[in-house]
Amino acid sequence: MSYLFTVSPDFAPDRLSGWYIFNTWLQKNTFEAIHLELFNNYNKLHDAIGAGKVDLIYANPFDTASLVRNYGFLPLVKPEGLSDEALIAIRADSDTTDVTELIPGTRIALTNDPDVKMIGMMMLEPSDLDAGSIETIPSENYVLVAKHLLRSEAEAGIFLAEAYDNLSALIKNQLKVLVRSQISVIHHALMIGPNFQHKREEILALLTTMHECEKGMGVLNSLGFKGWQKIEDEEMEFMIDLMDTLNTDIL
Amino acid sequence: MIVDMQPEFIVGEYKETTQHFFNGCSRKVFYTEIETPYPDGKLIVSTTSPEGIINHVNKAFVEMSGYTEEELLGAPHNILRHPDMPAVAFKDLWDTILRGEKWQGIVKNLRKDGGYYWVKATVIPNVRAGKVVGYTSVRRKPSRTKVEACIQLYPTLF
Ligand SMILES: Cc1cc2nc3c(=O)[nH]c(=O)nc-3n(C[C@H](O)[C@H](O)[C@H](O)COP(=O)(O)O)c2cc1C
Repeated sequence: MSYLFTVSPDFAPDRLSGWYIFNTWLQKNTFEAIHLELFNNYNKLHDAIGAGKVDLIYANPFDTASLVRNYGFLPLVKPEGLSDEALIAIRADSDTTDVTELIPGTRIALTNDPDVKMIGMMMLEPSDLDAGSIETIPSENYVLVAKHLLRSEAEAGIFLAEAYDNLSALIKNQLKVLVRSQISVIHHALMIGPNFQHKREEILALLTTMHECEKGMGVLNSLGFKGWQKIEDEEMEFMIDLMDTLNTDIL
Repeated sequence: MIVDMQPEFIVGEYKETTQHFFNGCSRKVFYTEIETPYPDGKLIVSTTSPEGIINHVNKAFVEMSGYTEEELLGAPHNILRHPDMPAVAFKDLWDTILRGEKWQGIVKNLRKDGGYYWVKATVIPNVRAGKVVGYTSVRRKPSRTKVEACIQLYPTLF
């Protein structure tokens, strides 16, 4: 029997091969058969979780609550120094200088990353904007969010801050940031399911030391991470509580 | 423990009043009309014991309250209580969280320097192994129209 590993569908497309490399590394070092399966969307992912098929998951902060509370998952690690932050950007030549100048009916381009959307919507609240008073322009990825802005198909865009920072200079020069979140405690987490938990300590030890050798460092590089950092149970609980407080009436 | 505010920390022209807390303690406070705008994109986070004693604050909390982390840890959360806040708001807060539910409201908080800042606060119980071990509050930037509505409403609730 092999274990099933999956990654929240919001991963950056250019990291696809990185996750396969990581999975190969994991299999070699745990001597376990682990199958990486990537789901196209959250519905398919949640079906698999609900059916008890998932043993290891790099989860979006939104999913961590139900993974821990309904499915008995436990946290392993998070990428060192990385937290999920969002920003709202507009065209550089726009007259708007403050997010509170955005008005009802504003067309806002966004992806379906739930935590980025949540943080973005939270930053629109001071302008009295909510899901009911904006027009959303759904976009496959952040490059397309930027394109919607450049083509004036949207007045504002909600970006994962990291994805925005990684846009080409050519695109970024034509945009400006209205507001950027500084939350620092919301992050993705690698989590382990009930059927695999007898390996938790072993995998944790492997992951938290993998940056110490060249081989491990190379694998981390392919994911764009500096290293994995242990998540304490209480830290995970705290983030879940935080997501609960925020995830009220926004989406 | 909660102590009287110190006039030497107050910035600007101030008024003085004595607050009486739910637990029978009271405190002399000084407050000004100087508003500190809520910082864009930040969350102010704190957690308390089941009794409302602060046991964790983040950096944004420290910056906005004007107190040091040492002054905040171990203090009751009413260290931020502003005299313009009606008691019924906090009664509703405690009734709600004691039922195990989430509370949300617009709150005017008092700074150490006598100034104030408005927040949209959400408070939830922290349940660990079926037991409430404390509460977490997350504040974010409120909408100005909601704040204006509270400026009209709160004085009528005294
Ligand atoms: C997690 C948590 C956060 C709170 N945050 C605040 C706050 O920011 N400002 C405030 O005045 N009261 C806050 N309170 C409520 C206070 O505990 C207290 O009820 C209030 O200041 C009124 O004082 P009193 O109940 O002692 O009369 C908070 C309570 C909890 C449990």
